[in-house]
Amino acid sequence: MIATWFVGLVTFVYLGSLFAVARFGDRRADAGRSVMTATVYALGIAVYCTSWTFYGSVGRATTGGFSFLTIYLGPTIMFLFAAVILKMIRVSKTLRLTSIADFIAARYGKSQLLAGFVTVIAVIGIIPYIALQLKAIAYSLKIIFPDDPEALIPDALEALAFMPDSTAIIAIILAVFTILFGTRHLDVTERHEGMVLAVAFESVFKLVAFMAIGAYVVWGLNDGFIDLFQRAEAIPNIAKLLQPESINFGNWFALTLLSGIAILMLPRQFQITVVENVDETHLRRAVWLFPLYLLLINIFVLPIALAGLIQFNGGAFEADTLVLTMPLSEGNALMTLLAFLGGLSAATGMVIVETIALATMVSNDLVMPILLRGRFDFANRKDLSGLIMLIRRSTIVVLLFLGYLYYRSAGEAYALVSIGLISFLAVAQFAPAMLGGLYWKEGNRLGAFAGLGFGFAIWLYTALLPSFAKSGWIDSGFIMDGPWGISLLAAHKLMGLDSLDPIAHTLFWSLLFNLGAYIVVSILTRQEASEAAIASQFVNIQKAGDSVPRIWRGTASAEALIELLKRFLGPRQAQLRLQRYASNRGISKITNLQPDADFVLFAETQLAGTIGSASAHVMVSSVVQEEELGLDEVLNILDEASQVRAHSKELERKSNELEAATRDLRQANEKLMEVDRLKDDFMSTVTHELRTPLTSIRAFSEMLHDDPEMGAEDRTKFLGIIVGEAERLTRLINQILDFAKLESGRVDWEVERLDLSPLLRATAESVGQLFRDKGTVFVLELPEDQQPVWVDVDRDRLKQVVINLLSNAVKFVPPVAGLIRMSLSFADGYARVSVNDNGPGIPEAYQSIIFERFRQGGNTMTDKPQGTGLGLPISREIVEHFGGRLWVESLPVEASNQDGQEVASGSTFVFTLPLAGDDVLAV
Amino acid sequence: MTHKILIVDDEPNIVMSIEFLLKKEGFATETAGDGELALDKVRSFLPDLVLLDVMMPKKSGFEVCEILRADTTMKQPRIIMLTAKGRETEQAKGLALGADAYMLKPFSTKDLVAKIREILAAC
Repeated sequence: MIATWFVGLVTFVYLGSLFAVARFGDRRADAGRSVMTATVYALGIAVYCTSWTFYGSVGRATTGGFSFLTIYLGPTIMFLFAAVILKMIRVSKTLRLTSIADFIAARYGKSQLLAGFVTVIAVIGIIPYIALQLKAIAYSLKIIFPDDPEALIPDALEALAFMPDSTAIIAIILAVFTILFGTRHLDVTERHEGMVLAVAFESVFKLVAFMAIGAYVVWGLNDGFIDLFQRAEAIPNIAKLLQPESINFGNWFALTLLSGIAILMLPRQFQITVVENVDETHLRRAVWLFPLYLLLINIFVLPIALAGLIQFNGGAFEADTLVLTMPLSEGNALMTLLAFLGGLSAATGMVIVETIALATMVSNDLVMPILLRGRFDFANRKDLSGLIMLIRRSTIVVLLFLGYLYYRSAGEAYALVSIGLISFLAVAQFAPAMLGGLYWKEGNRLGAFAGLGFGFAIWLYTALLPSFAKSGWIDSGFIMDGPWGISLLAAHKLMGLDSLDPIAHTLFWSLLFNLGAYIVVSILTRQEASEAAIASQFVNIQKAGDSVPRIWRGTASAEALIELLKRFLGPRQAQLRLQRYASNRGISKITNLQPDADFVLFAETQLAGTIGSASAHVMVSSVVQEEELGLDEVLNILDEASQVRAHSKELERKSNELEAATRDLRQANEKLMEVDRLKDDFMSTVTHELRTPLTSIRAFSEMLHDDPEMGAEDRTKFLGIIVGEAERLTRLINQILDFAKLESGRVDWEVERLDLSPLLRATAESVGQLFRDKGTVFVLELPEDQQPVWVDVDRDRLKQVVINLLSNAVKFVPPVAGLIRMSLSFADGYARVSVNDNGPGIPEAYQSIIFERFRQGGNTMTDKPQGTGLGLPISREIVEHFGGRLWVESLPVEASNQDGQEVASGSTFVFTLPLAGDDVLAV
Repeated sequence: MTHKILIVDDEPNIVMSIEFLLKKEGFATETAGDGELALDKVRSFLPDLVLLDVMMPKKSGFEVCEILRADTTMKQPRIIMLTAKGRETEQAKGLALGADAYMLKPFSTKDLVAKIREILAAC
């Protein structure tokens, strides 16, 4: 249905764009503008999702329901413990470690043997996994072109004997890519930014492709999620997949644990997460972005599986390729192509990164030690950098060829189909040595050997051999019945344990023996002195570059070390790094470097980045004479170091305390300055208020003084003004003092229980003259039947409030027909006093301002109110002191008259006071 | 020639005292009680000098001063700011906005008259 040439074209365009992206990334890196952002890093980690995810998840879901989720649950949970990953990154950066093998070997005394062992396990475990990816590519081609899977290959090429199939072509392209972008630098710790960018690009591509197909299946071929699940529920065979009973918790736990370990231990994950990390803060984004990625890529797995089961119900179909066959059977070319490319991107991403990681291990930890020890006089050649590069590149080709070979020979066998989890199980064996090494100082080399040995052996016997047997390569009797009929040794039922599925079974026994042997042997045997030092460095690392004191004693020659570096790094690179190191130590010329412990360890660390820590140690040891340090000596030095560390922690704590104290002081100071500013404002306002009457007084006094002949009329008028302003001044000063006293709480309150009615009446009578002067009508409304309204207040202070409100009201009533109404009522435990006038009212904008100090309502000269601007603030202070509130309700006259109704006009000042005693509350 | 002086203050007593004082000294005077009235009076009365209070309703003395100085179409009067706020920043602000002098309340009537004559003589 799709033209062959078109598929071929799209495939090569896709692979070509990978090269372009990688090239772009490397160019940017070379130009100093790194593309390694936190997002690229997190997407790089999504190399975890291989074609096994892309095709296989749906396959698993068709038989196991939700159980496919465990493979993604584990990594998600593991990323909650980002501290472990952070520690791995810090250790690796400090020691320039480049692979899992290097990491484990470095921790346990830089043992070449251990590094080699880890490498062998990784290669045996991972090569089939690479083969699986190649098979996925081949298989997807076969589905698109059932008649001629090799249709992609031009006829001309098919004639060539060495061009067996299109998968080989893709493998070759991947080898070229990996060599170009994975071995740019000799030093593996130099990043491969282009490669990581390409992998991130593939991650985005496979996610988009998978979600597009999911959306197509759910909404294009069906009527959405709900419809799909309802139809699935209707078919008993399918419905049981969705039942919670289909979950076996033992197996779920095992798979989750296994994949959680794998996300740290898979060589490709170590490569991206640890080696390619440029900035440890990037981890912060990866911690949520990667789990989010896993969530997204899994959303459509079950719906696609269900749709496939429904569509092919009863009929035969290939569960692992549903992603491809569903759009194909509908004749949707675009979706088919997208599915094919998505699978291709998932496969190629994995192959590239895994190959680089494995190639580093194989060349540094298998090939290099043999060459260095061998009879080829290899170690004495002048410049080895080119040769090392050649070795690494050849290794890549060999690894990919092995993967291809395995795919060709194992073909359809069970061994290949089930290899994903079997690979996981293999790398899981690294976990005890690796994590133990990070958190347990006493873990030692023999323990690591023992653990890995037991774990690997059990893995071989219970996982790898059975997969061979199921492929029909060897007799399968030992799996269920045990070798020679010894049922306790049955490969899937060791010791009669038969309640777990084979994967969980292997995980349980291999980790049990691995961990047990690691711990027991570590406790029973002694750690070497040099190992104790590095163990302490691993466990105590606080930040990248953190190092323990240089524990090394011996004699060395600077020339020999420099020579060594030049041979392995190449003269130019060695010169560069030595220069940097020398200037960091304040030494201008390389030749002046002293061959002290620091320099020896610097040289070893630099070499480690190129040939691995174990080989580096061997090479450095060959040119220096190291004196054996006793364990006691090392422990003494370490003890001192930890004392220094404790001391510096103490210092840090003190400095933190000091900082906190400084912060507190600054805050206190700011508060003081704020108070000071408020006070300053207050003083400035008070001064202004005092100066204003003084201005009139002074001006008139001076004029009266200077002009004895002034007319009697003017004289009387001016003297009147002077008297009035002097009174205003006096009032002002009294109120300012009063207010200051109230604010600072220095008032002596004389609280007594009294009845409000007589108090209001008496107070109103005392200001009666004011009303009469202006001809204002005053109405007092008290509760009927003379019921007493008890409150606990200071009599004089309360009178002050009432007088203030009444005299304010008098100021604002109109000169003719002025009316003031004071009323007393009570409700909800409060007495309520209101003073209403028929003046102009107070616009809403002013209703809160009038309670501020020295602020008065009113606009123009004509209605500028008399008074100090302190009466209301003082009254409010007093009312609030007794637990009440004072506020104003006012509608300006215009508003209240509009609809002709009798609305409360003017201003109404209201204050409340809590009623005293329970007996009164009852009313 | 009789100089014309506009007295702007929101305190009637202050306005009254200054008006009385300046009339006696032979000036022609007008008064205004807030910033907006002051602007109107400046345009109609065309004073040679404005005595301008700072803290006033509607428009402050600073605003009035700024508006007057920005209006290039009319003959610019001299301006003496009167204020009860003695802070240096206030004085600096007034002068920066284009006032010619600054008097702090309460002032001596002799000083005020002397300052007015000094400024008008400089015209």
